[in-house]
Amino acid sequence: MIFDWDFAYSILPNLVDAVWVTIAATFWGFLLALGLGLVLALLRRSRFRLISWPVGFVIEFVRSTPLLVQIYFLYFVLPEFGLVMSPFLTGVIALGVHYAAYTSEVYRAGIDGVPKGQWEACVALDLSPYRTMRSVIVPQAIPPVVPALGNYLVAMFKDTPMLSAITVLELLQTAKIIGSQTFRYLEPLTMVGVIFLLLSLVASMMVRLVERRLAPAQSSPLLDYTK
Amino acid sequence: MSQIDMSAPPMVRFRNVSKAFGDLVVLDDLNLDVQPNEKVAIIGPSGSGKSTLLRVLMTLETIDSGVIEVDGEPLWHMRRGDKLVPASRGHLREMRKKIGMVFQQFNLFPHMTVLRNVTEAPIHVLGLSKEEARARAVELLEMVGLGDKLDSYPANLSGGQQQRVGIARALAMRPKVMLFDEVTSALDPELVGEVLTVMRRLAEEHDLTMLMVTHEMGFAREIADRVCFFDSGRIAEEGPPSVIFSDPKQDRTRAFLSAVLNSQ
Repeated sequence: MIFDWDFAYSILPNLVDAVWVTIAATFWGFLLALGLGLVLALLRRSRFRLISWPVGFVIEFVRSTPLLVQIYFLYFVLPEFGLVMSPFLTGVIALGVHYAAYTSEVYRAGIDGVPKGQWEACVALDLSPYRTMRSVIVPQAIPPVVPALGNYLVAMFKDTPMLSAITVLELLQTAKIIGSQTFRYLEPLTMVGVIFLLLSLVASMMVRLVERRLAPAQSSPLLDYTK
Repeated sequence: MSQIDMSAPPMVRFRNVSKAFGDLVVLDDLNLDVQPNEKVAIIGPSGSGKSTLLRVLMTLETIDSGVIEVDGEPLWHMRRGDKLVPASRGHLREMRKKIGMVFQQFNLFPHMTVLRNVTEAPIHVLGLSKEEARARAVELLEMVGLGDKLDSYPANLSGGQQQRVGIARALAMRPKVMLFDEVTSALDPELVGEVLTVMRRLAEEHDLTMLMVTHEMGFAREIADRVCFFDSGRIAEEGPPSVIFSDPKQDRTRAFLSAVLNSQ
């Protein structure tokens, strides 16, 4: 079997359509992971054990079970309780929640890395716990962990083919369908691999760009999130 | 210099306060009254509990026993009937408004401009409008000689400038008591003077109770109303600087002063 360039060219439009689904799932999933992860990280630090313990348990639980199981659970089990979501929305939520468990640990490391003196200055200025986090701690906790968060962006992107298990028409699912219809798998699967490679490289470059913009952490007005 | 009314109720009062870190006793049944407007310098060997004294006042460390009062109210306790019960978070937050602190390591917020370092707490804690907070901050920053650095970031300032921002930031909350924890110890020698100049002005022109942990003996002698020599969690000797520095009664005080003054 040799690589048929004409066939490859003919299926390219289908794959390009599917790329957008993959990118959209990654984008919304990562947005959810970034937001929910920060919320989980902050709740886990709560001084009320009634909050911090259950949250800690949920984080450990999500991190210790396979993403595919979580995807199936959301897709096949939740409807039995009356909660029906589209495959795409299910996939975004599964990716977002799964990676939120990881990003929450990244945020936690970032928060732990803020010097003790910063917390003490907040006490001395009588800032509320909310204001301490929002104005002082979180803006300093995030820039150092951008590379780690970026790694999870790339990792999540590469996990989107799992959504093919619940019929989301992302890249892999589309390639599989092409294969089963034409009995040619070499071209579609090769192209999927190459597309993932290219997009991963682009994503890594973007992460590095963000990192570099955040680098002069001591003096950059970019960090002034609260304005 | 503002007058000290010795008959007024004390601004800060330590009554039998003890504090230990494990086996290490850092405050040992401490008693200390500080009058309103009084400037007290606290000197002593390192590890003697000087900084802890300030840190328990700023509520950065808890106390094991005893009572601290600030402005007539218990700091770590609340009155309930005749009894004292442990302070609630709300009570601590109210009490902290009376106290400001300047740190050895400045602890400025590195991601905020100088102006925002000084306006953040007045806006969000005292509820000042942005304009009011800005006006207050500009006035204070001009007083400490940094009126032209409003939009700079701490990293672009010298240590002495950063510490002067630290002083302005604490003053912006209009505290009644100011705590200075070795505020010149992290500075290069040539930058110490500018910070001491600001503190001298504060002591002379403002109605502030000041507690200063310091190694600057000349400075303590010049502006303090009283010097407390701290050793092993207790005030081993106290008195006006003229007496403590010229005619100390205790051997420990004498030994400490001769060691420090010879090295300076």
